[in-house]
Amino acid sequence: MTTDIGLWGVPLAIIGGAIRVSTPFLFVSLGECLTERSGRINLGLEGTLVFGAMSGYATAYLTGSPWLGVLAAAICGFGFGLVHGWICALPRVNDIAVGIALMLFGMGLAFFFGKPFIQPVAPDLPTINLGAWSDIPQIQAALKINVLFIIGIVLAVTMAWMFRNTQLGLTIRVVGDSDAAARAMGLKTNRIRFLSTACGGALAGIGGAYLSLYYPGSWNEGLSSGQGLMAVALVIFARWNPLNCFWAALLFGGAGALGPALQSIGITQGYYLFYAAPYVLTLALLIATSSPSKALTGAPGALSITR
Amino acid sequence: MPLDSPLLQHLARRSEAIAIPLIALAAGFILFALFLLLQGQSPANYFALVYKAGFGTAFSWQNTLTRASPLILAALCVALPARLGLIVIGGEGAIVLGGVAASAFAMFFPGATGLVGLLLMGASAAAMGALWIGLIGLMRYGRGVNETISSLLMAYIGVALMNHLVEGPLRDPSSLNKPATYPLSAEQRLGSLPGLDIHWGLVIGIVSCFLVWILMTYTRWGFSARVAGGNVRAAQVQGLPVGILIVGFTALGGAFAGLAGMVEVAAVHGTANASLASGYGYTGILVAFLARHNPLVIIPVAVLLGGFEAANGLVQRRMDLPDATVLVLQGFVFISILISETLYGRIRLFNPEHWKITPATMRENS
Amino acid sequence: MTTKKRLSRRSFLKNSAGVAGMVAFSSSLLPRLAQAKDLTVGFIYVGAKDDYGYNQSHAEGAAAIKKLGGITVVEEENVPESVEVLKTMESMINFDSVDLLFPTSFGYFDPFVLQLASKYKDLRFEHCGGLWSPEHPKNVGSYFGYIGMGQYLNGIAAGHASKSKKIGFVAAKPIPQVLLNINSFLLGARSVDPSITCQVIFTGEWSLAVKEAEATNALIDQGADVITCHVDGPKVVIETAAGRGAYVCGYHANQSTLAPEKYLTGAEWNWANVYTNMVQTVQAGNTIPNFHRGGLAEGFIKMSPLGPAVSDTARKQFEETQAKILKGNYAVIQGPMKDNKGNLIAKAGESFVETDVALESMDYLVEGVIGSTSS
Repeated sequence: MTTDIGLWGVPLAIIGGAIRVSTPFLFVSLGECLTERSGRINLGLEGTLVFGAMSGYATAYLTGSPWLGVLAAAICGFGFGLVHGWICALPRVNDIAVGIALMLFGMGLAFFFGKPFIQPVAPDLPTINLGAWSDIPQIQAALKINVLFIIGIVLAVTMAWMFRNTQLGLTIRVVGDSDAAARAMGLKTNRIRFLSTACGGALAGIGGAYLSLYYPGSWNEGLSSGQGLMAVALVIFARWNPLNCFWAALLFGGAGALGPALQSIGITQGYYLFYAAPYVLTLALLIATSSPSKALTGAPGALSITR
Repeated sequence: MPLDSPLLQHLARRSEAIAIPLIALAAGFILFALFLLLQGQSPANYFALVYKAGFGTAFSWQNTLTRASPLILAALCVALPARLGLIVIGGEGAIVLGGVAASAFAMFFPGATGLVGLLLMGASAAAMGALWIGLIGLMRYGRGVNETISSLLMAYIGVALMNHLVEGPLRDPSSLNKPATYPLSAEQRLGSLPGLDIHWGLVIGIVSCFLVWILMTYTRWGFSARVAGGNVRAAQVQGLPVGILIVGFTALGGAFAGLAGMVEVAAVHGTANASLASGYGYTGILVAFLARHNPLVIIPVAVLLGGFEAANGLVQRRMDLPDATVLVLQGFVFISILISETLYGRIRLFNPEHWKITPATMRENS
Repeated sequence: MTTKKRLSRRSFLKNSAGVAGMVAFSSSLLPRLAQAKDLTVGFIYVGAKDDYGYNQSHAEGAAAIKKLGGITVVEEENVPESVEVLKTMESMINFDSVDLLFPTSFGYFDPFVLQLASKYKDLRFEHCGGLWSPEHPKNVGSYFGYIGMGQYLNGIAAGHASKSKKIGFVAAKPIPQVLLNINSFLLGARSVDPSITCQVIFTGEWSLAVKEAEATNALIDQGADVITCHVDGPKVVIETAAGRGAYVCGYHANQSTLAPEKYLTGAEWNWANVYTNMVQTVQAGNTIPNFHRGGLAEGFIKMSPLGPAVSDTARKQFEETQAKILKGNYAVIQGPMKDNKGNLIAKAGESFVETDVALESMDYLVEGVIGSTSS
């Protein structure tokens, strides 16, 4: 059932890993991108992701339908986004701090309600075999692509188009760039931020459902290792561009696959350090792309994190 | 007393900072109680168990205070940078690396024992923590890298580095199934307070809080930090040494987190091992925010949270609630405290300038 | 709080607990009476108790002793190996008056169990996996099973099922208990075909779902077609490997329901049996040995029923070997044997039987394992 591919296993594992591991990053970063474009930061998407993973798994297990699970995760994520949006709209409330609080809260609730769903087995999301042209089973496996990954790509392209070419996209951008300008144009800034935050939460919830319903495909309390938080960093060096979010997510997935792949070909020293590769990579990219004096290109002007 | 009495007005203003957090705390508890009711559980039962296992017996107090001690130091790592308007959430990295530094010190200087040895060990752990979190300040000042995100990434990297060191270069080969550094000798350990089952970490934490309070209240640096806090750019314009402030305050915060790691190694584990990463850095964020970054308030808040954590086991056993119950409670309280920030200056009782109802103030309040 | 005070409170509680308490109390005054003592037993788990793995295996043991007469069980899960476990044990002692504690995670032993055992000398602490030695408190016991034998039997099933002659092992950390399992798994497979190799990937953590799934995929990409693991919860590894079409061998608990077609067999703990015996020993007023070990023969471990993919030849060798192991004194490490760096680990004629304590400090991977013991 396998062919010996030797050292080719590493690039293949990185590609395969990039595809497998990147989807949660992609959804959360698209959600964060939408939220931040409207001028608000949501650091709590890690909690939304974890709660989405739990609610998606539980729903899929109880109903037998993984797609209902994804829907449930999206609805719960939308709910968390609403709460975040509502609290942050109050005067003098710090949106970064609220994000941290909601992250703890989302994780706490997910662990609280998730206890009975650790053991049961829920149905997985379906895949599409894009590798059927190859005889090599490793390539077939690497190119076994989940439908959510494809939806994520379509979403990234659509969002990029929306920001550039539609009235809605323009509205969100204006609100995100300047409160004063938006009000001068007669836009309801709070309502637009509120809805963008909620939709961003829904996307993060879907990212969580991918974790529990496809890869690694089960629910437990150690399921997420900070994907939701990393996605926030990812949006910054993706310069708030949905298409760049996609490439950044792929890069992350690939970096995450590096550690196990290197061990499998015999590079066994320092695996903890290899496992830290995605974090080091993010930090290096942040340092390289940030600037002490001027706001980042592409940064929404009203965003607290870049001020 | 007449309404325009300065004393009364002063009291009203001062009580705002006490009353609003207390109201918010109560609101968080009430929300949590409703949550329990929805689960078909009795809130009265819950709080009775918390009282019993957190504060009801001598053992409960020792349990609570033991849990509070790392939280106090971890909270300082959040509260100090917060005075400059920086939100650093990566104290966990400084804690674990501080622990590694402490155990490495004990390994390379086995002769450094007693008070001097412990002071030096603490100093090396604090230096490690200061370096780790200070780097975050440096990245913020030098490159404009957002400190919240970089601190979080640094926490992940710190934990990975700790695992690498304790299971690789610093590992004691005789630590079989739980890889760890060489154990500290009995003379290198931090003992318990006389007659109590609470280690000296609690005293270190309380003293640290007072020192930070003095720094913030009575020194030029504290004054500059308060000016710079909230608006770094404006402070820069005023000619304050913003760079030194940012790096200094993050490094000082990191030093306390590093010290927390040293206490864990010297008083609890006796070695540095993977268990050092037990989430104190993250609970410390909550403590600092609940205390609104006031170093003296950190102490009672840490004790309160320590009490809830101490009781969580009994709650699990008696009420059959999941271990995450305490996380849910913390979430409610955290959120309600943050929401309460919006109330400052808006409640008429605490704001004497609104006491005389004139058409102008009515418009302002509506 | 001093031991003396606590004792008086406990006896007060027992007296006030009504008739049952009185019976228990009087029976302790009349030791010859065949009446079993009432016991409160505390179980502490490091993870979730339904993780399909390590913690579940212990929770199943706890569930079994709940059914015995006169036993009250109190449990706590997700207790980290820090001051938390110390205080959890002490809370169980203070508020639940436990007589016997089972802190089940390895990292609880030193310093936490040892520290508390010196403080509460009249209580019994039974720890899973620790290495008790005579300088430790006498009221501490350490128990463990020779589960490496189970991995050896896993290896036999794997050796027959593998076509690529390469099998894979997802491991948490390179510690003795894990290394013994990896070595046993390979040696079992090599007893079928000496050309088989075993690739190991360490995830570095006892429970880290995404990393476990990635490690499984990396092993299969490198050609491994039978996978087993030693992590706290094997659910992710088993599901991922079976999803890729590889055969799987279970560990800790029975995971056959997760992959009914691909599951060959599994090395399971039999804590229900062990805990029942231990608790009954205490109830009868006898003492459990401080250093308590057992294998297949003693009912410490058991094998999952063989799955549908196991061939008749495989079944025959599996059953014959199992019968030999049941007779006792079976040695997996038999000289001459080298480790995978070429060092001699057992001279010709030298062998390490399953009960050999030297195996509990294993620090090598045998020849044929692809991997390294250093992090």
